[in-house]
Amino acid sequence: MSSNNRPLSPHLDVYRLPLSALISIVHRGTGAFLTTGTIVLVWWLVALAGGEASFMGAQDFMSGFIGRLVLFGWSFALFFHLANGIRHLVWDAGYGFEKDEVEKSSFIVIGTSAFLTIMIWVVAFSSGAGV
Amino acid sequence: MAEFTLPKNSVVQEGKVYSAPEGATNPQEVHVYRWDPDSGENPRVDVYNIDLDSCGPMVLDAIIKIKDEVDPTLTFRRSCREGICGSCSMNINGSNTLACTKDIGDIDGPIKIYPLPHMPVVKDLVPDLTHFYAQYASIKPWIQSTTPPPPDKERLQSKQDRAQLDGLYECILCACCSTSCPSYWWNGDRYLGPAILLQAYRWLVDSRDENAGERLDELEDPFKLYRCHTIMNCTETCPKGLNPAKAIAEIKKLLIERKIA
Repeated sequence: MSSNNRPLSPHLDVYRLPLSALISIVHRGTGAFLTTGTIVLVWWLVALAGGEASFMGAQDFMSGFIGRLVLFGWSFALFFHLANGIRHLVWDAGYGFEKDEVEKSSFIVIGTSAFLTIMIWVVAFSSGAGV
Repeated sequence: MAEFTLPKNSVVQEGKVYSAPEGATNPQEVHVYRWDPDSGENPRVDVYNIDLDSCGPMVLDAIIKIKDEVDPTLTFRRSCREGICGSCSMNINGSNTLACTKDIGDIDGPIKIYPLPHMPVVKDLVPDLTHFYAQYASIKPWIQSTTPPPPDKERLQSKQDRAQLDGLYECILCACCSTSCPSYWWNGDRYLGPAILLQAYRWLVDSRDENAGERLDELEDPFKLYRCHTIMNCTETCPKGLNPAKAIAEIKKLLIERKIA
């Protein structure tokens, strides 16, 4: 019997990923997204250094629909990565590994990041900064 | 590196459908992954319709029934049928568990059975565990001690020291946790995986072992240990209710503690 033609058993296609695994994927995704977001921040600072005309151009883009969408996604990524990062710190300290604790902290991470994202946009718009 | 899709020879195809026996009073669909090394064909999923009214309560009972009554070529490992040998570990409806302790009544709709994920398949539901066992051997799973044992009795432990092993010694090495772990899927060649790391911790905290320093030296490696990203699939899936993720976190803590001590 030959052993080198052995198939690889199905993995991602058949595995029902628990919530904790989905959050882990989003944590990595938001981390990557935040890194690219930093490039946008640099672009915005460069525009600022370039004088009024270039800065107004950047502002126009950022207050347009696509700019807003990116900023909204970025704020959510920031809060999600922050909340789940704190959860990772707690884990690294050796706490919160029981199944019921993991489920609870999963919902806390989702709830906190959604709440903070909505709050910062409410504050931004009501203070006039977002207009 | 992570390869999210299956290689060409591993893509699963539709298989045969076996209809329920005449007069079945409680029919149940069972989907089973099949691969025959002698056929030269790709793996397939066969669908068996069985009568639960003449079947035992567990998923293992269902596949034994299929082997006995429908298709004797169906191949799987089983031995104790009571969750202590770890032979019948497989992926059942999306989670890894022991077929012998998985109640058919807990499953809605068709039962879907695959071998343990991301493993080379020997035949049907039998994965090749050679590498898994080699990794187990690599952590030296035995007491290492320079102090000779007392001449007249065994090495004794206090009740507290013995309690340190609870939640660890129960591991039956069924490989459900390791093969549920995406890090093990993508880096299993070098990452030891949750089962072996739980075993490594079992020897680290054994009061009779005197080689913790060297054991930690071996584990302090970006791949062997630190591919664990606390995804928690291991703890979620362990059919014995153990917590490999916590054991791994304790190893990481020991490594930090000895650095700052």
